[in-house]
Amino acid sequence: MVGAVTNGPATSGVGPAPVAFDDAMRSYEPVLGLETHVELGTASKMFCSCATAFGAAPNTQVCPVCLALPGSLPVVNGAAVESAIRLGLALNCSVASWCRFARKNYFYPDMPKNYQISQYDEPLCSDGYLDVTVDTPEGPREFRVEIERVHMEEDTGKTAHMGGATGRIHGAEYSIVDYNRAGIPLLEIVTKPIEHTGELAPQVARAYVAELRDLVRSLGISDVRMEQGSLRCDVNVSLMPRGGTEWGTRSETKNVNSLRSVERAVRSEIERQAGVLNSGGRVVQETRHFQENTGTSVPGRSKEEAQDYRYFPDPDLVPVAPSAEWVEELRATLPELPAAKRARIKAEWSLSDEELRDLVNADAIELVAATVEAGAPPADARKWWLNELSRRATETEVELADLPITPEQVARVVALVAEGALTNKLARQVVDGVLNGEGDPDTVVEARGLKVVSDDSALGAAVDEAIAGDPDAAEKVRNGKVAAAGALVGAVMRATRGQADAGRARALILERLGVQ
Amino acid sequence: MTASEIVRMTAAELGAAVRSGQTSAEEATGAYLDRVAEVDGQVNAFLHVDRDTALAQARAVDARLAAGEDPGPLAGVPVAHKDVFTTADMPTTAASRILEGWRPPYDATVTARLRQAGMVVLGKTNMDEFAMGSSTENSAYGVTRNPWDLDRIPGGSSGGSSAAVAAFEAPLATGTDTGGSIRQPAAVCGLVGAKPTYGGSSRYGLIAFASSLDTPGPLARNVLDAALLHEAFSGHDPRDSTSVDAPVPPVVEAARRADVEGLRVGVVKELGGEGYQPGVLRRFTEAVELLESLGAKVVEVSCPSFDAALAAYYLIAPSECSSNLARFDAMRYGLRVGDDGTRSAEEVMSLTRAEGFGPEVKRRIILGTYALSSGYYDAYYGSAQQVRTLIKRDFDAAFENVDVLVSPTTPTTAFPLGERTGDPMAMYLADLCTIPANLAGNAALSVPCGLADEDNLPVGLQIMAPALADDRTYRVAAAVEAALADRRGGPLLAGSAFAV
Ligand SMILES: [Zn+2]
Repeated sequence: MVGAVTNGPATSGVGPAPVAFDDAMRSYEPVLGLETHVELGTASKMFCSCATAFGAAPNTQVCPVCLALPGSLPVVNGAAVESAIRLGLALNCSVASWCRFARKNYFYPDMPKNYQISQYDEPLCSDGYLDVTVDTPEGPREFRVEIERVHMEEDTGKTAHMGGATGRIHGAEYSIVDYNRAGIPLLEIVTKPIEHTGELAPQVARAYVAELRDLVRSLGISDVRMEQGSLRCDVNVSLMPRGGTEWGTRSETKNVNSLRSVERAVRSEIERQAGVLNSGGRVVQETRHFQENTGTSVPGRSKEEAQDYRYFPDPDLVPVAPSAEWVEELRATLPELPAAKRARIKAEWSLSDEELRDLVNADAIELVAATVEAGAPPADARKWWLNELSRRATETEVELADLPITPEQVARVVALVAEGALTNKLARQVVDGVLNGEGDPDTVVEARGLKVVSDDSALGAAVDEAIAGDPDAAEKVRNGKVAAAGALVGAVMRATRGQADAGRARALILERLGVQ
Repeated sequence: MTASEIVRMTAAELGAAVRSGQTSAEEATGAYLDRVAEVDGQVNAFLHVDRDTALAQARAVDARLAAGEDPGPLAGVPVAHKDVFTTADMPTTAASRILEGWRPPYDATVTARLRQAGMVVLGKTNMDEFAMGSSTENSAYGVTRNPWDLDRIPGGSSGGSSAAVAAFEAPLATGTDTGGSIRQPAAVCGLVGAKPTYGGSSRYGLIAFASSLDTPGPLARNVLDAALLHEAFSGHDPRDSTSVDAPVPPVVEAARRADVEGLRVGVVKELGGEGYQPGVLRRFTEAVELLESLGAKVVEVSCPSFDAALAAYYLIAPSECSSNLARFDAMRYGLRVGDDGTRSAEEVMSLTRAEGFGPEVKRRIILGTYALSSGYYDAYYGSAQQVRTLIKRDFDAAFENVDVLVSPTTPTTAFPLGERTGDPMAMYLADLCTIPANLAGNAALSVPCGLADEDNLPVGLQIMAPALADDRTYRVAAAVEAALADRRGGPLLAGSAFAV
């Protein structure tokens, strides 16, 4: 995506005021491009046997290879290659029968070798697509996002700037580097230019990243936790005048690390570029950094002073040449992919478009499916995740999937209600306990003493007491005024502090008073 | 056993004497350490010798032998180790200021295998900085002198290793050969030096110069010793992806066999003639005649692409080195200049590299950076890789008709110190004959074939064989060595000023 359309003065950071999105869309057509990095969940790093666990003490998961000590050499992690091929196949890509790693040369303190081992003109997977669905007032609309390539590379270390007020490099007193992340396997997934999305561009971008994330998760090759940086997005945006044919100059916004941010980044960049173009300015080809707090971006390095990475095939590594048999075996053993799963679930659970959309929007489909797999009826599983648990997630500001409760635990709660061991009210208390870290549902029921009092002797005693305590009501029931039993049931419930099964209590009362 | 008896022995003999109990690893090591103390002031072959560490290693070997372990035929034999291999118990600098005092936390695979074989690392030898050079004059720690003539170069980049073995400071030495860095020093010091098939010996722990060319190999005073060392540290290494997963060619057996009856020998037309020292050509021609007299079938072979080898090499090797040496940035190890709290990491990197690298290293980094640049890549790096393919094809075509190829190892004998330091092109020509085998990755070896008449300095015969046919080079070399010793009435090195 190159070629400036206009020749006005170059403008980047401090520029004309942005134009409102709807106004921007009246004049311009956006073209998007997304580069997504996925940190693989392999046990060891891309080129050495160091562990990859998140959150270890700084510089404890390092060795001569990932510290780039003189003389050390990389060896390719076969599990990472396998993950890359599986993702490529799931994205409908063709898999190269022979490709090489290349060195991307540039100096940076957190890059131990001062080159990154990546792939350049010979990616492992290329030319695929991913279909995504976006809601519109006219109903769901599908877009095909074409995939340019999926390639393998290694992550860099992390630099933290210490001292100073901002935590940024300017004003910092010193910096420390943690090389634990250096060498963690990454897949970079690059789309072809995404055109003709119009005002749906921000949603298409978001839907693409969400779909890619679900795909990666379904393959089990990464835990794709955006907040931990295991899925990171760079968003390219350019505008061309409506009806035009020549693409505008693009910017690349980095550091876009949540689904919401992807959408906001596209939207704000469209607004910003439209402002620049409307005032007769020229969009600069540059790297921008997304700011979570403002939802806008600030300029970084300009591509006009861009580095020459001097790519060349890495002579320390031999070509990767997956056999056709291996690729076919991997293709044959791909799991059910999210799109197919959605279609199946919609049919099996007889969901309407809206019901499916609610599940997808709540990011609950996998959770509900897993809950159903663990034995819960689909309607109950949906009800729990979409109502009670979604509310808890919103309250505690975490993703639904990050709530400390598993689908199996939800299924158990559902089962306890179905057995009559819990009322819905008690079930919510059990869920409270699980979310509190008090253990499995059964443990919580036990520890909190939440079991419904359905055992007839204990309940019977409470019933007898209630009858004895309210002879008037008992007499009315005996005389056929069954509605008067409500007062007795209420007394039983009070006496058992709500743990009795109200239906069972009522049945016992009627039985004792000779009414069927 | 006396120290002079020990030092005079071949490595094979010394290994046998240690095994039979006639001497011990400790006694052998002590004898060589004394020899180093006696002559290294003049030769300057070593950058680092640690008597206590060496003797401790030797005693550990003696203990292994006493416990009934059999580490192999070189157990108890000392070895001089090129300072480009990491050693966990000794500093490793690649003769660069930028790594001054660096102590690696790990052993190179070659180092580890020397230890497994029961060999004792006497110390680390001088070299051209990061193995870039043909004279060892590019070391940051002073020049090494040729034991045949102290005013001349010992070759390079493995010049400390060749000088140490030629001056009887060690029976064996390791080297690395990127464009001739073992064969050329071996030739100008009157030694045997082999560049194994690329991937035949591990690069793990070898501080990289040019990854697609670097090859560890042995230097020795005779062919059998070289073969024994070759066998001791070669073979597949899973830590080096470019390592060949195949058995080590039977080099020791070939060195013992030493016959060339019926072998087809090709003389490379392009390596010889104009520009070569007459005395070098004379000894070379005689060696070819000798092979013929021993029953080999000699033919002339043309390898036209060899003419472009030097140019291709000086694009490929600097390109790789420009990237390989990027890691020397003052962040994690080695020299750090200007870190006074006022400068950014980038400034410290820049100051450190400016002060830490010598002029030849900088020249090659700049050359390589340029050759890989956007817009120049195809013209330089790309075409050089095409030349490399053509050279491989020349070798393949030649080896359809002959078993080995031969040429002089170097165009001249050892040149005087300082003669070419101001003229990089003249220096680069020292590797004219050796570079094709590096570009193609096949096996090659240099064996002494006499002294040049003009200067009485050693001349090397280069023998090249297909990849993984290293044994053929040893077979031919051993035959030449035996026949020449018969004629001369003893080994060539007996005529050196430092002979014992
Ligand atoms: Zn590591």
